[in-house]
Amino acid sequence: MNKIVSSASDAASVQVATANGPVTPAKSKSGAFAHLIYVLRENPVTGIAFAMFGILIFAAIFGPMIVPYDPLATDASSVLQPPSFAHWFGTDNLGRDVFSRVVVATRLDLVISVAAVALSFVIGSFLGAVAGYRGGWTDITLNRVLDTIMAFPLFVLAMGVVAALGNSVANIIYATAIINIPFYARLVRAEVNIRRNAGFTLAAKLSGNSDARILAFHIFPNALPPMMVQVSLNLGWAILNAAGLSFIGLGVRPPTPEWGIMVAEGANFIVSGEWWLALFPGLSLMIAVLTFNLMGDGLRDIVDPRRRT
Amino acid sequence: MAVRGTSVLTRIAQAIPVLFGVIVISFVLTRALPGDPAVQFAGIMATPETIEETRAKLGLDKPLPEQFVVYLGQLFQGDLGQSVSTGRPVLTELASRLPASLELTLSALLLSCLVAVPLGVLAATRPGSWIDQICRLLVTMGVSLPTFFTGVMLIYIFYYLLGVSPSPLGRLDFIYLDPPHVTGFFLIDAALDGDWETWFGALKQLILPAVTLALFTLAPIARMTRAAMLSALSSDYIRTARAAGLGSGRILYGYAFRNALLPVVTTLGMVFSFVLGANVLVEKVFAWPGIGSYAVEALIVSDYAAVQGFVLAMAFLFVFLNLVIDLAYSLIDPRFGTSGK
Repeated sequence: MNKIVSSASDAASVQVATANGPVTPAKSKSGAFAHLIYVLRENPVTGIAFAMFGILIFAAIFGPMIVPYDPLATDASSVLQPPSFAHWFGTDNLGRDVFSRVVVATRLDLVISVAAVALSFVIGSFLGAVAGYRGGWTDITLNRVLDTIMAFPLFVLAMGVVAALGNSVANIIYATAIINIPFYARLVRAEVNIRRNAGFTLAAKLSGNSDARILAFHIFPNALPPMMVQVSLNLGWAILNAAGLSFIGLGVRPPTPEWGIMVAEGANFIVSGEWWLALFPGLSLMIAVLTFNLMGDGLRDIVDPRRRT
Repeated sequence: MAVRGTSVLTRIAQAIPVLFGVIVISFVLTRALPGDPAVQFAGIMATPETIEETRAKLGLDKPLPEQFVVYLGQLFQGDLGQSVSTGRPVLTELASRLPASLELTLSALLLSCLVAVPLGVLAATRPGSWIDQICRLLVTMGVSLPTFFTGVMLIYIFYYLLGVSPSPLGRLDFIYLDPPHVTGFFLIDAALDGDWETWFGALKQLILPAVTLALFTLAPIARMTRAAMLSALSSDYIRTARAAGLGSGRILYGYAFRNALLPVVTTLGMVFSFVLGANVLVEKVFAWPGIGSYAVEALIVSDYAAVQGFVLAMAFLFVFLNLVIDLAYSLIDPRFGTSGK
């Protein structure tokens, strides 16, 4: 019930936007920009989140080039050194530089979560759009399957999938994608379903467009704004999930630098007081998740001001 | 009342197709094992003969639909297969470890509800105040905190730096004896036995992992309570109640809170999904001897029967918890089952 109400309010806001659109198209664009500026001024945290996102992307692309040490190079002469000027985040039990490892790990963590979210976005959108447009048995079957997936505690299902498919990074991505598909499929299904008999859909049908074309170019784009919010919130969750899986020893193998596995390795030294091994990768993980969550909230404010909480 | 009775029965009946779906997915996962399941289940020391023997024993030489029927039959007898690493039936292992997990999960949920619900209510009644800001900060930080990281940091602060909590190894320090087994919940068993020293020992071990889990579940509950209270407080019936001159306490708890409780209880279903997953991580961090750490150990040594049994058990538990939540609805909301189908 809640979902229907919120998507109806989405529909209303979309209609308001299109109603403003035809009159002065140029002005509505600058209006959107002004709204963006307004949102950023109203909630500077969103601006900070976008800036942090930029830093994360920078670290992911250029990280391996700018780090001071080789993340895999061991050094027996400086083992378990606390943070110092030479080693900003200290060194681990093999003398590897924690700072370099944390920065280099950004790429792998982002790649895993982005790939997983992209996969579930594509598959979920396709399934949801077809089910929402065709209705009937397709719809019922899809809903049953999604209900069944959601009947599992999702992290546990991911563990089961990785156990069944085999312990590799690719399978971590597939497992994370599978548990995320229901969120996208349901969102798209609802958005498509309320528009399948809308005026513009009927008009497009009358002018001789094929069903696939109507679905892809007329209906689906309307679902994109709420999808973007979902993607951003989902990315944070996907990173947490992937790091959790590698924390329990699935997917990424040592000595590959990855935040989850670094916290797991650091946890062995925490009882003897070497805090820097676990703190810095854990903190980076937390900051990445926080960035995506704040960005998702900010995007929601921009896309749909009504749903602010 | 009769209508409510039937709707409760309908809700229970609705859980059956979901359970069937869960079993199908679990069956598919078992058969999707990399390589040959017979080789996996026969263990590492298997010879070609024993592999064939296992294949026949597991019924893997039969067509898939027949295998599924056999699988269903085994499930109904409570046979989840043998654990390769320990040689004991998976069901026995899970059953003996389940109380530890439940004790941890339930105390964490209780703790987080005790903190999150009042926090959300306070934040909603005073929007913009410092308590609202704290609530917002906690909610944003809470969802971003990786549970395993929180756990490790809590160990560092409270065990290494302050030395107030015992070493994070299991449910009870080795200086205590396990309380006599009644429910499997150490806190309840020790209390029943009247052994308060053991009770405190168990409590001390429990606090850190429970707080770790609670911090994780705090955010969604507090967020939902705040949002639900805000929308309840701005509704017409509250305005009417105020206009009619009801006391503020009665309005807040008798009317607004009771209506706000519904979305909060719905959120609990989602929180259970998170908490059962996070449980696995927390159990690993604190060496908690529950079903989560059992599954992690099994995963590492590729003990697939154990992992599949664990996944299935967790799914059943989750479906059951959701059923309980939906039934709790009918207690909170008298309209349940009378409107719609």
